[in-house]
Formats: sequence, structure tokens, C-alpha cells
Amino acid sequence: MSNETEEAPLSTTAERQVIVEEAGKAPDKDWVIVTRGIKREYDMGGEIVRALRGVDLAVRRNEYVAIMGPSGSGKSTLMNLIGCLDTPTAGEYWLNGQLASRMKDDDLARVRNKEIGFVFQTFNLLPRATALHNVELPLVYAGVASAERKERAFEALKSVALGDRVHHRPNELSGGQRQRVAIARALVNRPSILLADEPTGNLDSSTSEEIMKVFESLAESGQTVIMVTHEPDIAAHARRVVVLRDGVIASDERKERFAAKMGF
Amino acid sequence: MSIFEAIRLALTTIRVQKLKSFFTALGVCIGVMFLIAVVSIVDGMGRYMEDDLVGKLIAINSFELRHRPNIQIGDVDRETRLEYSRRQRILESDVQPVADALPEGTLWAMYSEANLNVESSFSRPRRAQITAVDGDFFEIKRIGVTNGRLFTAGELSLGANAVVVGPDLVERLFPTVDPVGREVRIAGKVYNVIGVGESLGKAFGISFDNYIYAPFRSPVHRALNREANAIDAMMIQTPSAEELVDVQETVRAVMRSRHGLRPAQRDDFSLQTADSALEFWNTIKGYLVLAGIALPAFGLVVGAIVIMNIMLVAVAERTHEIGIRKALGAKRRDILAQFLIEASTLSTFGAALGIAAGAALALLIRNTTPMPTYVAPWSIMVGVLVGAGVGIVSGVYPASRASLLDPVTALRQE
Repeated sequence: MSNETEEAPLSTTAERQVIVEEAGKAPDKDWVIVTRGIKREYDMGGEIVRALRGVDLAVRRNEYVAIMGPSGSGKSTLMNLIGCLDTPTAGEYWLNGQLASRMKDDDLARVRNKEIGFVFQTFNLLPRATALHNVELPLVYAGVASAERKERAFEALKSVALGDRVHHRPNELSGGQRQRVAIARALVNRPSILLADEPTGNLDSSTSEEIMKVFESLAESGQTVIMVTHEPDIAAHARRVVVLRDGVIASDERKERFAAKMGF
Repeated sequence: MSIFEAIRLALTTIRVQKLKSFFTALGVCIGVMFLIAVVSIVDGMGRYMEDDLVGKLIAINSFELRHRPNIQIGDVDRETRLEYSRRQRILESDVQPVADALPEGTLWAMYSEANLNVESSFSRPRRAQITAVDGDFFEIKRIGVTNGRLFTAGELSLGANAVVVGPDLVERLFPTVDPVGREVRIAGKVYNVIGVGESLGKAFGISFDNYIYAPFRSPVHRALNREANAIDAMMIQTPSAEELVDVQETVRAVMRSRHGLRPAQRDDFSLQTADSALEFWNTIKGYLVLAGIALPAFGLVVGAIVIMNIMLVAVAERTHEIGIRKALGAKRRDILAQFLIEASTLSTFGAALGIAAGAALALLIRNTTPMPTYVAPWSIMVGVLVGAGVGIVSGVYPASRASLLDPVTALRQE
């Protein structure tokens, strides 16, 4: 019975407190992400589409969270909001102590540069640039000088075991290698969160395992990881699984409970 | 992102997309090329007019007292021509009163000229410009001799039968022998060659060296002027440009009183300066420069439209890239700078090529046609500025479109 209580939905405990009871206040620095009732509505030619209908989510530093849900559940919209590519139509979004939901373009760009490391399903590398240059890009926009930039980009590539592929272009790399370049790029500016959108969606299963291992070890080393996926077995790698349905959180559970439910 | 970073990025893009970049640069290149070429032609013509043509006909800081102007670049209306034809000529007797009124240090000369045949025992008769001169003619014109000597004061005042021959004429009249001490015949009279004059150069392919100078009082002046005591012109040179206008007024006053003109009457003689001879040229030069700028400007406008179009296409096909860059933290101004600098780098590069091509074209024109060309430094500056300007102007709209792209939409685009 006591075991059961421990595995209860997380939003009933400390998360609930930071979301509800401290509403309007900046969360303390333990919390890297706090969303309070964020909504996102689109005007599609007069018809209002409610992609998110009020999402309360709190993520602590060092957590490894998977966001799941069927297509149309709003998980991509949530990811865009968390990644500061978009702003909510209502609600608060606190990212690392900053109110991102009220930010203007340039501040959002700065936050994306400093706080977020993106990993995309389609890698999104610049096709004509070398692996090294791709990894350098966030540092270019951070205003880091050339020499330091090259060094840090090289270190980041070494950390994903691509130290011998720095001058290859994306088309000269395998899918798994491309995704590792993207991970190196995401990490090079030491972001608060690593935000991955279907990171294994374009990879075969053995390569997927390889990429998940990279995420695993990053999470173990203390990197906050948020991963959007629709594959339960990929989500099962995370330590916490948030399931979205129709624009709201349907469940928010620890990995063990989620795995048991999925029959892993 | 620093400006240096943006330029490096632009250069990379340009290197990667060679064909696209080539066509972009080409538009500006052609416009600037014609700008440089046309301006260099107009400028070259101008220098030619001022330095060679008029400069050689009219000496520095000098003016000529004539009954009507002899250098008239451009049209003269019928009325003026009629008025010119009614004017009385300047007489030899006018010269001394005018000369007496001139301030200290002013030089003067008088002359008459005509084209006549000249004979020598060594050649068939040749056409030459014969000028009968008196006063400080050679000092004012700064003509010396390369062989022999100029006239002595005695020869001038006595009207000796002596001549100074121009270098071109010497070659024709005396192809094989030393001309000094030989004889030439002009209008049936014999003259001694005492010197060979310096070259006066040429303009528009016409040599000024086909000349003969003789003392004014020698018999030659009767062959030059049907009116026995008339002269073609009195030439007056002041020591510096400042005195020129004052001296002109002095001469004007003397001539008006000699001709008995009332204050309301206009001058019935002309004081011709290099400026007055160039007046018409300066007017048409203005139009030519305007045309020389307006025509290439059309080319540049077309070039600008081409660049804008290419940049719009570039923005469209690089939407995904812009999305990636924005996701990684590129601000609006970073994207704006990227595309603006790309456009202006290309067009500046095109302008540089255009300047080189235009200068080459100008050189080609100079070497293959009698048209003189001169590439003015200011036209190069204008070329560079225009090139960069065209790039910036035509890059602004595409670049701002790119910078305003929504990152989510841009990323979705493949």
C-alpha cells in the first residue's frame, strides 16, 4: 500500500505545490520548468483550434522526462512552448527562473540560445556545413570568439564519440552519427534543458538504442532531458512519463509505474 | 553575431552557390561597367576640350580681343551671327592705345592668320597655317624653337622676311635637309627660315604643328587680310588669374570709347577667354554627365531588381535553414544582417568587377578610337558606393522577410 502511494501521480505532491500554491511567483531554482495553465490557441481561418487547454507541468533540475501522446494531443505544441519557439496564448511559463511566456522575439532567441538544446527528429543540421561548424552555430549566436568556439565544438563532438568526423558534412555521416552531431550541437552551449523531439523517429532500432544510451548517460551526468515521443518503448527510457491527451495532461507517472502499465 | 562573422557567413554562402552569386553580381557589374565607361568618355572629352583643344588655342591667363569669337563650340543663333557680321574689325591702330592702357607686367601680342600654300625647293606646295605676329606672341604662347632662333625685336619692327616653321611642316617642306637658312615662298614672296618651332601637340587627331610664323609687318600680312590695316586678334596675358577680369574691363573701356559706344549699347567686339570658349561645352557636358549617369542607372535598377528577386528566392529556399538558425538562438538582426551582408557583398563584388571592366572598356576605347577617355577617381568611388547601395536597397526587403519568419513555421518547411 505504501508502495502504491509512492508511485502516485507526481502532480499531487511537490509539483502541485509549486504550480498551484506559488502561482504568479517565480519558482525557486530547483525547478527548471514550471508551466501554470498554459494554453495555446490557433486561429485557423476563423476557426479557433485549442492545441493546449491548460497544462500544468513542473520539472526539477536533473529530471529525465518523456512527453507522450497520440498525434493531435498537443505534444508538439507543448514542445514548441517549452523550447521558446512559440509563446502561450494564456498561462505562465517559467524557464530557469525567467518568465518566458511574456518574452519578446529577441529575448526568446537569447533564451533558446542559452537555456535550450534542441535535438530534432530530422536532425536539422545545415547540409552544407561541416559537423564542426554545425556544432559551432549556437556559440556563433552567443558571441563566442572563433578559437574558443572551435575548441568547445570539438570537445562536444568528442563527447559523442565523433572526434574523428569533425570535418564531415551531414551527407557523409550515418543517421546515428548525424543525430549525435545534433546532440553535440544541443549541448555545446551548456543548456539548462536538452529538448528532444522524436529523436529516434528517423533511426532504425539498433541506432535508436545507441542514441537512447547517449541520452541515458547525459541524464545520469545530471543533464535535464525532456523528450517528446509517441513510442512507449522510447518513453520508457525516461524516469518520468507525461502523457498528453486533447491538450491536457492525462497522466504524469514515474517510469516504473508507466512501464508496468505498458507491460514492459 | 559580429559583423565579421556575418561577412564570413556571406562569403561561405557565395562560395557554395557560385552560379546564383555570379548572376547576382553580374547585374551590378554591367551597370557599374557602363557607368564607369560612359563617365570616363565624358570626362575624357572634357579634359580634351579644356586642356588640349581650348588650352592650346588660348594661352593661360589670357584673353583675345576680336571683332567676333573664333572658337564657338556649339550653336550660334541667326541673330547673333548677323550681329557678328555687321561688326567692324579690330584695327592695327587699336592695338597701341589698348597696349598703353594695360598695367605693368601685362603681355600683349597681335596677329592675323590664314591657311595658305607654302612652297620650298624640296617639296610640292603644302597647305599651312600662316600667322603674322607682333608683340610678345612667343612669350604668351610659350613657344620656343628646337632649331635656329626666334625673331629679334628688329626683325619684328622692321617686318623682315623671316619665318619660324612648325615641326610637321618642316618634315614636309624639307624632308631631307636642315631647314634653317633655307627659303620658302608664300604668296609669291621669299622668306628665310630662321627657326623650327616646338610642337604644339594635337587635338582630335588634328595637328597644331603645321604652322608658319612671320613678323606682322612682313609682306605676308597683306596675303592674310583683305583689309590692309585690320588684325585678327590682339592677345593679352596678365601675370596671374586675379588680374584677368580687371584687365578685360580696361580693354573693354578703351575699345568702347574708340568705337564711340553709348552706355546702353552692347559691345561690338569680343573678349574671348578659355572660359567663354568652353561655356557651351560646359553646358553640354552637364547633360552628358547626366545622361552618362542616368543610362547606367537604369541598368543598376534592373540589377537591383534581379538581386532582390534572387534574394527572395534564396530566402524561400533557405526558410528551413533560417528556422534552424532561429532555433539555435539567431536573433532577428542576425538573420537580417546575414541576408543584407550577403546581398551587399555580392553587389560590391559585382561593382568591383564592373569598375575593372569599365576601366578596361575605357582603355580599349582610348586605344582603338580617337575618343579620349579618362577614368576619374570619383567615378570609381561612386561605382563602389552605388554597388554597395544597390545591394543594401535590394537586400532589405528579402532580408526583413527572412528575419520575420516564425521559427516553428520555418522549421516545418523542408
